[in-house]
Amino acid sequence: MIIKRIIPCLLLKDGRCVKGVNFKNHRDVGHPVTNAKVYDAQGADELIFLDITASTEGREILIEMVKAMADECFMPLTVGGGIRTIADIHKLLRAGADKVCVNTAVVENPEFITEAAQKFGKQCVVVSIDYKKNNQGQNEVYTRSGSKATGLEPIAWAEKVWELGAGEILLTNIDKEGARTGYDFEVLKRVADLVDIPVIANGGVGSLEDLKIAIEDCGASAAALASILHFTDQSVIKARNYLITQGVQVRTEANFI
Amino acid sequence: MGSETLGQDKMLVIVDYDMGNVRSVAKAFDILGVKTLISRSPEEIKKADWLVLPGVGAFGDGINNLKKFGLIEVLTTEVLKNKKPFLGICLGLQLLARDSQEFGQQRGLGWLPASVKPFQFKDRSLKVPHVGWNQIKFKESCPLFTGLKQETTFYFVHSYYLDCDSPELAAASCDYGGEFTAAVWQNNIFATQFHPEKSQLYGLKLLQNFINWQPTSV
Repeated sequence: MIIKRIIPCLLLKDGRCVKGVNFKNHRDVGHPVTNAKVYDAQGADELIFLDITASTEGREILIEMVKAMADECFMPLTVGGGIRTIADIHKLLRAGADKVCVNTAVVENPEFITEAAQKFGKQCVVVSIDYKKNNQGQNEVYTRSGSKATGLEPIAWAEKVWELGAGEILLTNIDKEGARTGYDFEVLKRVADLVDIPVIANGGVGSLEDLKIAIEDCGASAAALASILHFTDQSVIKARNYLITQGVQVRTEANFI
Repeated sequence: MGSETLGQDKMLVIVDYDMGNVRSVAKAFDILGVKTLISRSPEEIKKADWLVLPGVGAFGDGINNLKKFGLIEVLTTEVLKNKKPFLGICLGLQLLARDSQEFGQQRGLGWLPASVKPFQFKDRSLKVPHVGWNQIKFKESCPLFTGLKQETTFYFVHSYYLDCDSPELAAASCDYGGEFTAAVWQNNIFATQFHPEKSQLYGLKLLQNFINWQPTSV
């Protein structure tokens, strides 16, 4: 059996959770540990926690936040943001993360994926792919929270990170992120069809139906969501119940926690 | 629950061989009111009432780290000879095998007649690693699952599985492109492929069952 996952995604900035649109205009959406506890209580299948500060000071805050979250939540935690070295990964895993999410470091040095997979097991290495339309109207991968163009095409890059030993791909279309108009289903389906590792759809959920399309029609193994949880009356429980009524294989017993 | 099981003087040692998430395991036992110690000291491991071997990462590194920290002898003595209740989690289950095919053939602790093998599927919808929640079927006789319902879901994250020589060894199975071993039980040795410490309330229940287990109750 393959149970599909519903994964809230939290962005950390200066010790607070934020959420914006297209990686910009961030609004405060609460304390990370409070949010994590709510999602845990609602039976979220995992949590993705990404630090978008990327400063030295921010790094220490991240480690402390991961510890605080891991102390209170008994669910899987994927942590990312500013990871550059094997030592960075090691620190986060010891703080309580189960998986790490890497982006900039692996674009600059793709072998880092293989190195991390051999050290920690590939299941531990989630590669985040952020992309948006460039000036030529082509999809292009960006790093550093969407600010630096890389010249990489997202689908080809997804295949490459899979071959290098990534355990999962977190796929985010920056143009969709926070816009609540649906995931980029086209690219999502092409990537999920191409690689043999799980793909997590991210960026743009506007309705619960988007979750179903990502999973059922596009082949995503998991659906990440954020704005819809922060800014509307939707919840992990409502999302799960909706997917159950649609016949999607999700964790039904989580409702009884 | 045995009245003296949670006695103040009892100590659970989580073996720290530098392979991943010891903190979450410790916190889960803390919540259950069990005194825990994260340690790689043979002296402290000798004094432990329960031993837990967690672990995330590569098989080769796991075995090498157990060797590097001089833990293999003390663990073998305490678990196989002194029969201390032992729980292996994820890599901590796989390391009990005779050998593994992860990144080339490698030898394990050899406590269990089993080999670690990679998932390989023709069906491309079966992604590897196997990440996420999946249902298990368990033997009702296994004390680890007391009070849990069949087909309860637990959190898995692994690319390799334990292939037992005899199905007798498996205490629970899970279906992912075919049945594989989700948990084992042999005398005082318990181990799960899934992560009870990450499986919310049902995972905590399983850890409580491990604490409640007493050799006399076999």
